[in-house]
Amino acid sequence: MNITLNTRPESFNADQLSVAEIIRIKNYTFKMLITKINGQVVKTDDREAAMVSDGDVLEVIHLISGG
Amino acid sequence: MNSMEQIRDKLKYKTVGIAGAGGLGSNCAQALVRVGVGHIIIADFDVVEVSNLNRQFYFYNQIGTPKVIALKENLLRIDPKASVSSIHTKLSPDNLIRYFACCDVVVEAFDLAVMKQMLIETMAEQLPHIPVVCGLGMAGWGNSDKIRMQKLGNLHICGDQESEVSEMLPPLAPRVLMVSGMEANEVLAILLNDFSIEL
Repeated sequence: MNITLNTRPESFNADQLSVAEIIRIKNYTFKMLITKINGQVVKTDDREAAMVSDGDVLEVIHLISGG
Repeated sequence: MNSMEQIRDKLKYKTVGIAGAGGLGSNCAQALVRVGVGHIIIADFDVVEVSNLNRQFYFYNQIGTPKVIALKENLLRIDPKASVSSIHTKLSPDNLIRYFACCDVVVEAFDLAVMKQMLIETMAEQLPHIPVVCGLGMAGWGNSDKIRMQKLGNLHICGDQESEVSEMLPPLAPRVLMVSGMEANEVLAILLNDFSIEL
């Protein structure tokens, strides 16, 4: 499948992958993340179940402390 | 009406929620009161400490006072008619829905990443129609050109998205003020959407 990940095109050898699988494949090691599929927030607890398909737009935002 | 009166007239019925009254929240609130936002709801559990005075909108004689009380005092010195609700509590998924359900925009102004995540996820799930303006990455100094705004649906992210606060990279007034000003500017862009000055 071909998706857009953080504004860049990205290809995976699978028809579908969960958000959690993509995070593992891409080796995102930050603990605090916000994830969005096609603009909808996927909560931390839902990342194993939320599936990303061909053509989807996935955003993974690293949350950092400070304010 | 002159242009400033027109802007104030447009903003006077708007309500903005601010989650956290530290460097981002206190300075963002100041900008929003100066421009004339009708009602501001500020929630924070902390008290003013001497270490806050390097970047937060408080004064030496307010050390030990709950931030939301001190901030209301300071905002009313700018505009005695400002409408400010101070909530001295730690925000949670349950209570933030109650406090912020009536807001036109909510500003995320927490310190810790875990709280930022809690607010963004809770708002997206429970109050998805309310835009959220979030501050992300403002530690250290210099690198003015790295600070930017990214809009993802109705989540507006202000900051460089990379400089995390640490012993090596403390939060300092100039960059914190840049990001809090950017958050206030995004709030205005949302509230003044479809508005233009009539000459």
